Amino acid sequence: MYPPPFEYVAPDTIEEALALIAQYGEDAKVLSGGMSLIPLMKLRFASPAVIVDINRIQGMDYITEEAGGLRIGGLTRYRTLVRSDLLKARYMCMASCGPQVADPLVRNRGTLVGSLCHADPQGDWGACMLAMNGSIVARSTTGTREIPIDQFIVGPFQNSLNPGEMGVEVKVPSQGERSFGQYLKLERKVGDFATAGVAVSIGWTGGSISHAGIALTGVASANIRASGAEAALMGGSLNQGTIAEAARQAAGACDPKTDHRGSSEYKREIIRVYTERALSAAAGLRAA
Amino acid sequence: MQVKQVSVTVNGETYTTEIEPRLLLTHFIREVLGLTGTHMGCDTTSCGCCTVLLDGLPIKSCTYFAVMADGHEVMTVEGMALASELHPVQQGFHEEHGLQCGFCTPGMMIVSKALLDENPNPTEDEIRWALSGNLCRCTGYQNIVKAVKWAAHKINSEPAAYRR
Ligand SMILES: Cc1cc2nc3c(=O)[nH]c(=O)nc-3n(C[C@H](O)[C@H](O)[C@H](O)COP(=O)(O)OP(=O)(O)OC[C@H]3O[C@@H](n4cnc5c(N)ncnc54)[C@H](O)[C@@H]3O)c2cc1C
Ligand code: FES
Ligand code: FES
Repeated sequence: MYPPPFEYVAPDTIEEALALIAQYGEDAKVLSGGMSLIPLMKLRFASPAVIVDINRIQGMDYITEEAGGLRIGGLTRYRTLVRSDLLKARYMCMASCGPQVADPLVRNRGTLVGSLCHADPQGDWGACMLAMNGSIVARSTTGTREIPIDQFIVGPFQNSLNPGEMGVEVKVPSQGERSFGQYLKLERKVGDFATAGVAVSIGWTGGSISHAGIALTGVASANIRASGAEAALMGGSLNQGTIAEAARQAAGACDPKTDHRGSSEYKREIIRVYTERALSAAAGLRAA
Repeated sequence: MQVKQVSVTVNGETYTTEIEPRLLLTHFIREVLGLTGTHMGCDTTSCGCCTVLLDGLPIKSCTYFAVMADGHEVMTVEGMALASELHPVQQGFHEEHGLQCGFCTPGMMIVSKALLDENPNPTEDEIRWALSGNLCRCTGYQNIVKAVKWAAHKINSEPAAYRR
């Protein structure tokens, strides 16, 4: 399947890319991994007049940790995330999510920033970022701003970038002195999008919970934060009572649609069970 | 209509030609270069039949514009064989009956080669995970996994001959 013709530009630097995006405005689309954009163009659901391929820009595929958290480059691919020991040690929700996203071939191309920009309600990384309080650094020819993930994903396939802006980095804060994270995803077969998914990231500072992040995939019109569930845990501890309450709250937060992947009731129950499982693993009450 | 000049190295040979940006890498390989070993299966990024190596990493060539490969190196199934014999992965598919109709096979072999280049001694689990982006409608996968194990054994028994 051929997409409609388009004009192709492949800048070598971020500055050149930003100038091109400013010049072409709404006519241009940024191409990063291409794992959503190219299929959409082939199906002619998207037909941008200009493609700005950012894959030639060097030095945008990195994961670095500094005081206060993690910085992930705008072209960092899933492949890099899946192989990162840093994520396994201290940003466990992401480490757990990586191998469950798509398949190894898609993971060799797909990028974290591209996935967040795509804002698929069934995307896994959005839930991870919500649970970890991540943010997206957006740049244009006129400046740079940091957008918290809650304000970045604004609807199904909708992000809050302005015309002329490009995502250049993701930031994830430290999750606490000690932390635990897990992403539990139900899929019909390997490589499938989520029937339902739960991202959990818990941090402890001193003896009590200083960060409680719980977010959901595939059960609303976008990835959503289960705020009630988070509130049930903040400042306290994980025990059978608080875990059951948080799981109940998470199930209550979602609004799943019945479709070929399962009924609304089924997905809601999966959210409850998976929230309970991930929190139980966090509590060390039983093995995950 | 925009036309771009690209230089792409495929199986060690550099081709310089003018193409439309919307030309997919699969079509470039099959129709411009005439290398029909790479198959177009689903055309929707699902099956892995179109897998080639881009700078050593397996990708789905149906979801990659050929123009993006300008200055890069591509390996297709035609480039796998060694000077004097088939690549151990190809031998493994032969020995262990790793194919029936053969449609998925080029993709399966390319992915297997990339796996063994990175990890010459994979567990069965690692083999199955590496192949999880490639669909086969015939074999039930058992013999494909056996073929990759056969290749790993061969490579490890003569590392000097086969390891990069
Ligand atoms: C077979 C298959 C299975 C998949 N399974 C899953 C799955 O299980 N879970 C999941 O979460 N996803 C899945 N995906 C989607 C995949 O994760 C995509 O790679 C991802 O959604 C998009 O990232 P990308 O880097 O490929 O972006 P692209 O496809 O290049 O771009 C996506 C969109 O974001 C825009 N964009 C990209 N980069 C930027 C930027 N830096 N600044 C501004 N805008 C930008 C583009 O213009 C486009 O609109 C799957 C895809 C395939 C093909
Ligand atoms: S033809 Fe490319 S993935 Fe099926
Ligand atoms: S051998 Fe027929 S599809 Fe795999």
